[in-house]
Amino acid sequence: MKQFIAFIKKEFRHIMRDNRTLLIILGMPVVEILLFGFAINMEVQDIRVAFYDPTPDAFTTGITERVKQNSYFTYRGDMHSMDDMEESMRKGELDLAVVFQQNFQENLVHSGEAAIQLLSNSSDPNRGSIAVTYATAIIAGFQQEQTELMQIPFQIQAENRMIYNPLMKSSYMFVPGIMGLVLMIICTIMTSVSIVREKERGTMEVLLASPLKQGTMIFAKTIPYMVISFIDFVIILLLSYFILGVPVNGSLLLLFLVAILYITLTLSYGLTVSTLVDKQVNAVIFSAITAMIPVLMLSGMIFPVDNMPQALQAFSAIVPARWFIEAVRKVMIQGLGITMIWKEVLIMFGMTLFLLGVTIAKTKKRLE
Amino acid sequence: MSTRVIEVTDLTKKFGNFTAVDHITFDVEEGEIFGFLGANGAGKTTAMQMLCGISMPTAGAGTVAGYDIIRENELIKRNIGYMSQKFSLYEDLRVWENIRLFGGIYGLTDKVIATKTDALLERLNFREERNTMVKYLPLGWKQKLAFSVAIFHEPKIVFLDEPTGGVDPAMRRQFWEMIYEAADQGITVFVTTHYMDEAEYCNRVSIMVDGRIDALDTPAELRRQFNADSMDEVFRQLARKAKRGD
Repeated sequence: MKQFIAFIKKEFRHIMRDNRTLLIILGMPVVEILLFGFAINMEVQDIRVAFYDPTPDAFTTGITERVKQNSYFTYRGDMHSMDDMEESMRKGELDLAVVFQQNFQENLVHSGEAAIQLLSNSSDPNRGSIAVTYATAIIAGFQQEQTELMQIPFQIQAENRMIYNPLMKSSYMFVPGIMGLVLMIICTIMTSVSIVREKERGTMEVLLASPLKQGTMIFAKTIPYMVISFIDFVIILLLSYFILGVPVNGSLLLLFLVAILYITLTLSYGLTVSTLVDKQVNAVIFSAITAMIPVLMLSGMIFPVDNMPQALQAFSAIVPARWFIEAVRKVMIQGLGITMIWKEVLIMFGMTLFLLGVTIAKTKKRLE
Repeated sequence: MSTRVIEVTDLTKKFGNFTAVDHITFDVEEGEIFGFLGANGAGKTTAMQMLCGISMPTAGAGTVAGYDIIRENELIKRNIGYMSQKFSLYEDLRVWENIRLFGGIYGLTDKVIATKTDALLERLNFREERNTMVKYLPLGWKQKLAFSVAIFHEPKIVFLDEPTGGVDPAMRRQFWEMIYEAADQGITVFVTTHYMDEAEYCNRVSIMVDGRIDALDTPAELRRQFNADSMDEVFRQLARKAKRGD
């Protein structure tokens, strides 16, 4: 126990004296939250919209007004011909054009059918398709209102509702992602580097020749990183709650437990990496490639897992952060309880056991 | 006198097809300063690591400080000190923090550590440097400190792997004075070196060539056997036969 405490103190000193590392460890979550929160905005806003309505009537005006009022759209005027419309579109002045059929109301009343054309500038496909989605939703809403007013029975309308994230705020998506990324970087990269550094500098030999048990040493090495990652987790949580306004809908205790499980998992991975490499540089590169890139690309932090090809979806299943991010989204954003995240918890638990097993099997009792 | 603290027979270590240490047999007596010589790549470090319980022998048997090197390596570790070829203290820890860490690892109590630290700093004239970060010390001082830390817990044997590498001759003399002091206190010193003048300071030396021990005796006796004026010449005669070098 005395050895253990002496060793933990030593590890804390290493971290505290390395100003650059300390800055990275504590600054990274802050920078990432601010970066993703303000600089990298994945929401589509200020959709520039114009209308071409050859025969204005109650219905077309109703739809036009609703679009104008919506905060995601910026009204850019009425057009007087299709040519005008195309011209503005080509100049890049518009994101979306709404074109009504001639005699819209008349057609709707008599034949029950009327057409609206939504033209989007899809040179930015994401922006284009989201603009169309928003407009379609507004039109559907208007249509439903009218149907209710006219009291036509048995009219079934599809209803669009963005649940959990009615404002489509992307911070809801990336806050769990940043948690997954930051904890992975600190636990995996920092832990593996700190063990490999001892091998590289020769102090490992001295430790091996001492009565210090290897298990004690490794366990003592993980403690400071566990504490630091937990602090980082709390920093991210506070920043996203107070600055980005991301709610914690579920149990805070459950969220902390999920975080502790994930921290243990990523620490185990760091230990596994440290048994596989001998140089600090290699430890960084190996962890970056096997830990950081999969978190960014495959965990669902930025790109939804459901949109990936089957093969990548299967691969993403072995990325620990995927399960953590899903669990955090469920608890934090959707406010679900333990019964809804048992799958993620079990998978992460299994991964931890597997990695610890590999580490124990690969840890050399003596030098080769 | 004449208690054997190290006793090995046919100690061998193979890495794949390469035999780093090839059936070495020797013993070291209590309080002796035993020089372990050899060219780079002769197998000195590997042999020493097996004695310290860090490396598992491929074949052979032996005891260190009375414990079996194959089955009781954890007990050996409690009774030895080790100073590695690379620098063995933590550069980003202060002098007293390094001492305290290793004292703690070897299970000394806080009180013992405190008293011994004061005595140690006093003896080395290091009082001013108590709070200095080790990386700011000159190399010679670092090595003196590393040696003091290696024998801080009063081990039966201390293993030194090229402790004076890269240090100027004056500093090396001071270092050897420390080794003599340790030996006077009854600590057996097992030291590898490739400075032949240092070999003269040892009670007995062994010379390794290509993983085998080709000569083992007192420096005076070796000079007589090889009809040489200095240990340097003895060493050169033996090293000429070496097939693998660095």
